[in-house]
Amino acid sequence: MISRRDFLQAAMASAALYGGSGFGNWSRLAAQQALSQDDLLSFDSFGNVSLIHVTDIHAQLKPIWFREPEINLGVGPNKGEVPHITGADFRRLYGIDDGSPSHYALTYDDFTALGKAYGRMGGLDRVATVINAIRADRPDALLLDGGDTWHGSYTCYHTQGQDMVTAMNALKPDAMTFHWEFTLGTDKVLEHVNALPFAALGQNIFDAEWDEPAENFKPYEMFERGGVKIAVIGQAFPYMPIANPSWMFPEYSFGIRDERMQEMVDEVRGMGAELVVLLSHNGFDVDKKMAGVVTGIDVILSGHTHDALPEPVLVGETIIVASGSNGKFVSRVDLDVRDGQMMGFRHKLIPIFSDVIAPDPEMTAVIDEIRAPHLAQLEEVIGTTDSLLYRRGNFNGSWDDLICQALLEEREAEIALSPGVRWGPSLMPGDAITREDIWNVTSMTYGQAYRTEMTGEFLKVVLEDVADNLFNPDPYYQQGGDMVRTGGLGYRIDITKPQGERISDMTLLKSGESIDPSRSYVIAGWASVNEGTEGPQIWDVVESHIKRIGTVTLDPNTSVQVVTG
Amino acid sequence: MSYTRRQTLAIGLGAATAALLPYRAALAAAEDDIAAFTGGAEVGTGGITLTAPEIAENGNTVPIEVSAPGAVSILILAAGNPNPGVATFNFGPLSASQTASTRIRLAGTQDVVAVAKMADGSFVSDRKEVKVTIGGCGG
Repeated sequence: MISRRDFLQAAMASAALYGGSGFGNWSRLAAQQALSQDDLLSFDSFGNVSLIHVTDIHAQLKPIWFREPEINLGVGPNKGEVPHITGADFRRLYGIDDGSPSHYALTYDDFTALGKAYGRMGGLDRVATVINAIRADRPDALLLDGGDTWHGSYTCYHTQGQDMVTAMNALKPDAMTFHWEFTLGTDKVLEHVNALPFAALGQNIFDAEWDEPAENFKPYEMFERGGVKIAVIGQAFPYMPIANPSWMFPEYSFGIRDERMQEMVDEVRGMGAELVVLLSHNGFDVDKKMAGVVTGIDVILSGHTHDALPEPVLVGETIIVASGSNGKFVSRVDLDVRDGQMMGFRHKLIPIFSDVIAPDPEMTAVIDEIRAPHLAQLEEVIGTTDSLLYRRGNFNGSWDDLICQALLEEREAEIALSPGVRWGPSLMPGDAITREDIWNVTSMTYGQAYRTEMTGEFLKVVLEDVADNLFNPDPYYQQGGDMVRTGGLGYRIDITKPQGERISDMTLLKSGESIDPSRSYVIAGWASVNEGTEGPQIWDVVESHIKRIGTVTLDPNTSVQVVTG
Repeated sequence: MSYTRRQTLAIGLGAATAALLPYRAALAAAEDDIAAFTGGAEVGTGGITLTAPEIAENGNTVPIEVSAPGAVSILILAAGNPNPGVATFNFGPLSASQTASTRIRLAGTQDVVAVAKMADGSFVSDRKEVKVTIGGCGG
C-alpha cells in the first residue's frame, strides 16, 4: 500500500516529469518566443477540486512592471532555502532558462532588457480572463484572496478601498483574509466586510478588550465542491498592531495563535472536512513553521511576503503555495481528494503577461469606470526617470533612494528613514513618472512625513529593532517586511548576530563622520505608526521633489554593508 | 516605521529606563522566587502550558494564559521585570479546571515563566519569550 506521503511525492515527481506543474513547459516555449495565452493557461485538470489563489494585489488594477528582489536573505533554518534564493541560483534550482519569460517574471537580473521583450505584467482584467478560463474548465473552483487587496493606489486611497471591493466582487471570490485593509480604520473595514458577498476570515482576529474571537470575522468557512467537503481557515497578518498603526483599529488584536489554529483544524475535521485549506497572510517562513507545528492542514495558500514560487514547498504532508504580488501571478492548484484524504496535487503558477493574456472586457469596463473620475490626476506626468526604479529587496531599492533623497532635500534633514514595505511596482529607465506611479509606492492612510530629532543612540535602537523583525532566526518573531531604508546614513549589518549586535559602523554620509550616540540628528521620515503624526503627505513631498529635478538619475546605493556569515 | 517627536521622546525614555534596569539582578530575583515556591525541589517540564504572544501588541498589557491539569498552585513570573513576581494562582480541590488567564506588564523583551505545584508535590515549569518592540514596517 502506498502511504499518503508517497502519493504526494509521486504527484510532485510526475508534475516535474510531465510538466504537470506547467512550469518546465512554458519556460521552454518561452525560449522559442512562442508565448501564447493557450500555453499560459494550458493545464490538464486533475483530481476533483481546484483552488485559485490571488494575494497581495495592493490595488494594482492595471498592468505594471515589478522587479523581484536581488537580496532576500534567510536566517536560521531558512538560510539558503526558498524563497531566500534569487537571481541565477533561483533559475538553476527550478530549471529556468536564462532569458526566458520565467527568468523575467521570477528573478531580478536583466530586468530592463527582458522587460522590453516580455512587457508589463498583471492587470485585474487579465487576471479575470485567467480565472474565467479555470472556471470554464472547473466551474466550482474556489477563488481565495489572501488579502492586502484594498490598499496601495491613488484610486484605492481616494475611494477608501471601494474601488478594489467593487473590482474584486466582480471576480466573485469565495473567501478573503486581511492585513492592510485594517489601515482603512475599523469603521470602514467593517462597512466593507459587512457588505461582502463572500466570507471574511481570520481565526486570529480577536476582540482586543476581551481577548475573544472577533464577531465580524469567522475563523473558517465550509464548502462542498466536487463532492468534497472543504474547510477554508483564514489567518490574518499576525502583527498588524505592531507593524501598522494600532490606533486605527484599537478594537482588534491578532497574533499567530497557533494553538487556536490547531483547535480550528480539529474542529473542521470533526465536522467532516476532507480537505483543510489555510488562506494565510502569515508570510512564507511563518507558514513553513506553522505547517510543522499544526497538524492536519493540507494546503497553505501563503501571502504577505510577496514570494512567487513555481512549485509548492512540502512540509510534512502540507503543501505551501506562494503566489507573488501586485497581480503578477495567479496560482491554480488541482487536488485529488478521496476517502477524506488529499491523495495528490497538480499546481501551476500562472504568470500574467499582460501583452499575451487578453483582457476580460467586462472587467476592463469596471476598471475604466473606477478610474474615469481620477484619470486626469492619475496620468499627469511629474517627471521622467533615467534609472530603473524598484523597491523589492532586503536593504534598499532605487524608489526608496529617491524617496529618501526627497525627504532629505525637501524637509532639510540630515538623515531620512523610509519604511521597508514590499509593495510598490517598478518603473523602467526612460519611463515618464506620473502621479499614479508616485502613489503606487507611497499610498497609505498614515503617509504624513514627519521631521524630528533622534540621538545617535536611539537611531541604533531603531535599526536594531527593525533588523530583528527581519532577521530573528525564529520565523514567529519576524514581521515580514524588509529593512528600514535610510538616506544620508550608512551602516554595516551582520545578520547572523542577535538583536543589539547586528548594526555597526553607522556613518553620517554627508560628512563621513561616525554617528555620535549622544548627538541629536534631524530625521525626516514617513509612515509613523503613532497617532497625531504631523507633516505633509509623503506623495506630495516626492512629487514636488521630482517636479523640481525633472529627470531622476540615481547612483547605485552602497551605503549598507551586509555580512551574511 | 517611526515616531512623532513626543512619542520618540517617550520611547527614548522607556528605552533608557529599560537599559538602566539591572537585568541580571531581575533574573536572580526570579530564581529566588522560584526557589521559594518550590522549596528548592527539582522542576520538570510537561503537563503545563503557558500561552503568550510571541510579540506583545502592547507591553503594558500582555495577555497570558496558563493551564496545568492537576495543579494545586501556579506561580507566574516576568523574569525580566524589576519585580518579577506577577501572581500565584491557588486551586482548591473543587476547581473544575486548573487554568488561569490575566494580563501583565513587561518592561522589555523577556521570558515569562510559569511554575506549577502538582497534587503529588512535584513541580513543572514552562516559559515563553515575549518580545516587546518599538514597532516596525509591515509588508
